[in-house]
Amino acid sequence: MRFETPTSVDQAVALLAADPEARVLAGGTDLLVRLRAGQVAPSVIIDIKRISEMTVISQEDGGWRIGAAVPSAEMNEHAALKADWPGVVEAADLIGSTQIQGRATLAGNLCNASPAADSVPAMVVAGALARIAGPNGTRDVAVQDIPSGVGKTSLGKGELVTSIYLPPKPAHSGDAYLRFIPRSEMDIAVVGCGVAVALDDQGKISAARVALGAVAPTVILSQSCADTLIGTTGDDAALDALAAAATAEAKPIDDKRGTIAFRKDVAGVLAKRAAKIAIARAKGEA
Amino acid sequence: MPKDEYQSRDFKVVGTRPIRPDGIDKVTGKARYGADITAPGMLWGAILRSPHAHARIRGIDTSKARAIKGVKAVITRDDFTYQPEDSDMADILDNCMAGETARYDGHAVAAVAATSKSIARAALAAIEVDYEVLPHVTDVDEAMKPGAPVIESGRQQENVPKGYSENVTGRSQYGHGDPEEGFKQADLVIKRSFKTAATHQGYIEPHACLATLGSDGQGDLWVCTQGHYMVRNVCAGVLGLDAGQLRVTASEIGGGFGGKTHVWMEPTALMLARKSGKPVKLMMSRDEVFRATGPTASSSVDVKIGMTKDGKITGAAATYRLQAGAYPGGIAFLSAMCGFAPYDLENVRTEGFEVMTNRPKAAAYRAPGAPMGAYPVESVIDELCQKLDLDPLDARLKNAAREGTKSSYGPTYPAIGLEATLKAAQSHPHWTAPLGPNQGRGVACGFWFNFGGDTCVSLMVNPDGTVSLSEGNPDIGGSRASMSMMAAEELGVPLDQVRTIIADTASLGQNEVTDGSRVTFAVGLATIKAARHAVEIMKERAAMTWGIDPEAVDWRDGAAHPAGPNAGKFPPMTIKEIAAIASNTGGPIAGHHEVNAEGAGVSFATHMVDTEVDPETGAVKVLRYTVFQDAGKAVHPDYVEGQFQGGAAQGIGWAINEEYIYGDDGRLQNAGFLDYRIPVASDLPMIEPVILEIPNPGHPYGVRGVGETSIVPPLAAIANSVSRAAGVRLTSLPMSPPKVLAALKAE
Ligand SMILES: Cc1cc2nc3c(=O)[nH]c(=O)nc-3n(C[C@H](O)[C@H](O)[C@H](O)COP(=O)(O)OP(=O)(O)OC[C@H]3O[C@@H](n4cnc5c(N)ncnc54)[C@H](O)[C@@H]3O)c2cc1C
Repeated sequence: MRFETPTSVDQAVALLAADPEARVLAGGTDLLVRLRAGQVAPSVIIDIKRISEMTVISQEDGGWRIGAAVPSAEMNEHAALKADWPGVVEAADLIGSTQIQGRATLAGNLCNASPAADSVPAMVVAGALARIAGPNGTRDVAVQDIPSGVGKTSLGKGELVTSIYLPPKPAHSGDAYLRFIPRSEMDIAVVGCGVAVALDDQGKISAARVALGAVAPTVILSQSCADTLIGTTGDDAALDALAAAATAEAKPIDDKRGTIAFRKDVAGVLAKRAAKIAIARAKGEA
Repeated sequence: MPKDEYQSRDFKVVGTRPIRPDGIDKVTGKARYGADITAPGMLWGAILRSPHAHARIRGIDTSKARAIKGVKAVITRDDFTYQPEDSDMADILDNCMAGETARYDGHAVAAVAATSKSIARAALAAIEVDYEVLPHVTDVDEAMKPGAPVIESGRQQENVPKGYSENVTGRSQYGHGDPEEGFKQADLVIKRSFKTAATHQGYIEPHACLATLGSDGQGDLWVCTQGHYMVRNVCAGVLGLDAGQLRVTASEIGGGFGGKTHVWMEPTALMLARKSGKPVKLMMSRDEVFRATGPTASSSVDVKIGMTKDGKITGAAATYRLQAGAYPGGIAFLSAMCGFAPYDLENVRTEGFEVMTNRPKAAAYRAPGAPMGAYPVESVIDELCQKLDLDPLDARLKNAAREGTKSSYGPTYPAIGLEATLKAAQSHPHWTAPLGPNQGRGVACGFWFNFGGDTCVSLMVNPDGTVSLSEGNPDIGGSRASMSMMAAEELGVPLDQVRTIIADTASLGQNEVTDGSRVTFAVGLATIKAARHAVEIMKERAAMTWGIDPEAVDWRDGAAHPAGPNAGKFPPMTIKEIAAIASNTGGPIAGHHEVNAEGAGVSFATHMVDTEVDPETGAVKVLRYTVFQDAGKAVHPDYVEGQFQGGAAQGIGWAINEEYIYGDDGRLQNAGFLDYRIPVASDLPMIEPVILEIPNPGHPYGVRGVGETSIVPPLAAIANSVSRAAGVRLTSLPMSPPKVLAALKAE
């Protein structure tokens, strides 16, 4: 097994394109665990942490570009980023523990393609784009289009994610992410739910995005959930309708982490609770 | 009164809170655990395990593995040519390395030793096992039914009634009086069935050892265990070695809780060492720990209790069915003994069924059997109190066992501390603190026997007057500190003059394992006696120096003194002065004591806990927790409090989230700490320990064991709290969110 530390995106792409068994290493909090468990045996490990453009958070056209090697701990300490997208930052802040957060990245969470990845529903409702570099150049792809199945991505040969872009925060908007875990931390989401809303001048919800995690092979961006909120003030009736829609949209499995019935119920509960936080944030109340 | 019985006294060292002597090594990473030892030329061992819950092994082809460069030994059961006559030893051998049948997912079927870990892994992958998959059973109630797949025929004892599967290997019965008569006198009788899941001890350190075994029959084993004498005896018994030729040294230990009172793989390491002619290191992964070392039993229980309107229990009965895993044995008898042990009952009967299943052999776990013994009983008592509108502490006090009570399992109690714990609970501010919405408060009592057993201690007075103490029990709960404290107390020297070590099996006589909460009691007793022995010798040496009778010498404050004016006028001789001239007064000075310690006092606790239930998700949050327990005498109160808190923490895990989850294929689905959920720090409130000291009449300082009782009440205390918070009685552990939510919705 070789270990490579390219210092430019081009070098990383060249290394990746040259060997189908190569793997990108960002924080390694997923990859190293799988390596030790004998689940993967890459021929080359390409560490992207020496590529300087991938290690920074920068403002761009009113939004935020987060390098693919930025650990969640740095996001959590970035006051301006947190002020714009608290839901995304909080979702990243849920990952693992203090030690894990010193390494874990948004891009790694996304490319690991776990249905339970915490930051993904939050990024999806924020309308985040993943910037992809590959042998044929660069392209931007909506975050929800990256995972294509459990542990699978839509990335092509030689491609990697170089950054995540969070668009400018709309006026009177707010986002939130909540997950359910049986413990209080160091656990894996049984259900996750991200909600982002924007209000019009009358305080009515003019735009909404709702995403569910851990209840299907890939994240669900649900229009029917969003529709229950749009045009309302986020009153109790709307929230109940949202909960019912989220329960209906969830397509979970029965497994050791929860039953179908439980996950569907909790998807509704979390959607309601996350929406309340997002609406309060949009109103500037939280 | 013989001198070894309890005498009240003013302590100087005992009861203080000195810094733990093993602390610095542990926090700086210098402490040497099971996997921390290496040897020149050492090989890496690895074990191949059955992926099937139950399968006949038709053949094992190791030729490809043996052909791999760097592979120095490959072994299967065929290499274990010695067949132990003792059935326990034969079972342990079969559990370490399967014979004709793999009995559970994770059962060892072959092992290798190689020059690197990766070669060892490659060798395992190259071994071909021809399995014939057999029907399996992993549920205790299913396993008892006639027609269930039989794990091993011919192991049923005669005391099992007809109509059960051969998997039911034993049945035990306890009690007195006639519960049926008692139920007639009751104003309310409640009968309910309960289940608890199998839970693992969850120690941090996986099993690890380093073995050598030469063709001359001499061997050395470095191992992480709760009892290296037991490991020596079992390895010798399984492999047909002379115990005296095998020296076993216990490493520092990263937790055990009963799980390291058994032998799971050490004979395999010795066999690999013998076959390869090299030292072999064998370590389990976490996955192996879960799949192949014992969790404690899962249980299925029926309880029936009758109570009068004013809270008197008139009749009590319980049937316990516990799974023992893939071999005979089991702990249902302990559940049947412990369940009603806190109460003074006229009519009580219990029975326990030991049941084999296709699961790893169940192991001891902190007060084995007692938590599942208490949980159903304490739950039904709580429900009776709710329905009869009684205060649950008052009702328990009304029925509490005291000195002179004939216990539900037979013996009559001497002085015991249950009432004291209940009264302390009543007067604690926790009991009257207000509760918020969706919150509930639960209480429960628990009992544990505590043990004594074979124990040896040697105490050496060094030429400079310092003291070296050797004991033979791995220190899990701080026993080195406690032994040093008791020796210092008895000798009258400062604590820092005494250092205690855990000696290897060649250095002391037989010692029972560190279990049964026995060490501070039994090893403490032997330490005190060994110190008294050394004191007698030092008194003789002083008498000799002074030219007076040894009877005319007193020992106090670390020095010999003339007993009185008649003895003569001599300045005191300190331990340092006596040690300095020991060579001229008869040679080195040492005390020792060997005993089968009896008189370990039984122990009781009352726990109180507040929880909050999220009515929309079923999530349970533990808000406040208080432990009231009798310690006899707390030698080092920090350690005693740690035991109280640790038992409660493990009980919280058992009650709320921990469980072995099996698929329909009989395979364990959660062999890791992600999906086997022990509580993390943020799941726990600060657990408040309240130490009560009702001296044990059988120990010179009044010490009782404290390590195990603390895990007995939590299951019921939490279940009672959650049931009150949720407004629905929960009868199945763990009370995981899906289960609690389903119960709430069913209301
Ligand atoms: C103890 C522990 C607790 C955890 N808790 C959580 C949790 O609560 N919630 C949660 O969602 N996750 C959790 N995780 C999983 C993990 O920490 C996260 O998924 C994390 O975000 C992964 O980021 P990383 O940078 O460490 O990824 P890595 O391990 O470096 O990579 C993950 C995968 O993505 C690929 N990859 C990485 N970067 C790129 C890239 N730029 N382009 C293309 N492919 C790439 C890698 O090749 C690999 O396959 C936990 C892990 C551990 C060990």
